[in-house]
Amino acid sequence: MASYFLIIAGAVLVNNFVLTRFLGICPFLGVSKKLDTALGMCGAVIFVMTSASAVTWGVQRFLLAPEGVFGKDLRYLQIIAFILIIASFVQLVDIAMKRFSPNLHGALGIFLPLITTNCAVMGVAVLNVQLEYNFIKAVVFGFAAALGFAVALVIFTGLREKIDRANPPKAFQGVAIALVTAGLLSLAFMGFASLVK
Amino acid sequence: MIVATTVAIGGMGLVCGVALAMAARFLAVHEDPRVEELTEILPGANCGGCGFAGCGEYAKAIIVDGAEVTLCAPGGAEILDNIAAFMGVEAEAGEKHVAIVLCGGDNAKAPRRFDYNGVADCNAAHAVDGGDKKCNHGCLGYGSCARACPVEAIEITGTGIAVVHPELCIGCRKCVKTCPRFIIEMVPESQATHVFCSSKDKGPIVKKACQVGCIGCRLCVKFGGESFEMDGFLARRNYETPIEDEDTVIDKCPGDCIVRQEKSAAG
Repeated sequence: MASYFLIIAGAVLVNNFVLTRFLGICPFLGVSKKLDTALGMCGAVIFVMTSASAVTWGVQRFLLAPEGVFGKDLRYLQIIAFILIIASFVQLVDIAMKRFSPNLHGALGIFLPLITTNCAVMGVAVLNVQLEYNFIKAVVFGFAAALGFAVALVIFTGLREKIDRANPPKAFQGVAIALVTAGLLSLAFMGFASLVK
Repeated sequence: MIVATTVAIGGMGLVCGVALAMAARFLAVHEDPRVEELTEILPGANCGGCGFAGCGEYAKAIIVDGAEVTLCAPGGAEILDNIAAFMGVEAEAGEKHVAIVLCGGDNAKAPRRFDYNGVADCNAAHAVDGGDKKCNHGCLGYGSCARACPVEAIEITGTGIAVVHPELCIGCRKCVKTCPRFIIEMVPESQATHVFCSSKDKGPIVKKACQVGCIGCRLCVKFGGESFEMDGFLARRNYETPIEDEDTVIDKCPGDCIVRQEKSAAG
């Protein structure tokens, strides 16, 4: 049980995907202008990263690893296989969600295609393999990593909304002050570095 | 080795491709094509006056949920006929109603009690001890209604009062819902004479707060008959009965708050 807690705390705070590992910067800067769109993005990312962890774990274990169905070491195909799997999986979820839950699709729908090429999703799949997690740990890690992304995105969006109203100097307006803010936020998260040994 | 690689990647691609194709085939959402056609018929202003999120949502509500076809105020009689014909139902349009701000007390006629330095928004100003105007029912003039208006039909005049341009108003009622003073009402477009006051206070209180307030003297009821009615100490127009002798009523009103709105005067 303690190891799961460590995985969660580690992925959310210590090795936050955005602020410490620098993955998923694109949506971090792109959809952080308004809180409600940011929340929609968070929901979509949590959903996709958790389920992508499960799917890619299966692909790695049963297809690519030497003990898989082909009986050969196909691990060098990892990246292309994961991209393929994640992209089509997200498309599938998009179609199914539109059919079975139009409301959820209305809230998350426009963000789903954006996530197919999100490097944070790719990152969590590859890290699951590198860290040699079992299935449950991989899913928990995927969920926690996405939660970390959500925490970072929500904090950052709140900061940006306030900064926009504070009327920064013209040269700093927009992306410039956003990047400065992101850097400071990343520094702040370094304070968690000693939380998990 | 090459065979295994080809089979692995090719197979994965094939499985994913087939799965997506099947999903697209069997999970496709069939949208009623009439929704799109009906959306085309609606004005497309997305004002929300019908109570739905926009014209598309209203079209969907008519077709899927069987909502009333008469809710589109901006469309007027012509669009209503088109909707009714499209849906194959009978519907008769009522007269078009436009919004009007029932207050004539601008800065020159209705003094302010204190200097309000807050956010220039009526709802914010109204929250500060009932607004900075001496009259508790007068137009504050901070333009919340003008900002709510989707077609910019409301002007805040230089003397600090909101005026609706009836020829621009599409009748969506957004301003009516926005005004914290509840002084914007919907009136039939053909009517031009209104009581430009919303204060139900007694005469002396109104008199202190505004030069053009209704003091509740009942003269308009006396001369205008059923075309006016009293609501406490406030005269209101009864738009169902036309005024027989408009000039006399306007002339007799001691508060000068019954005014005939000239079609071009607001412009």
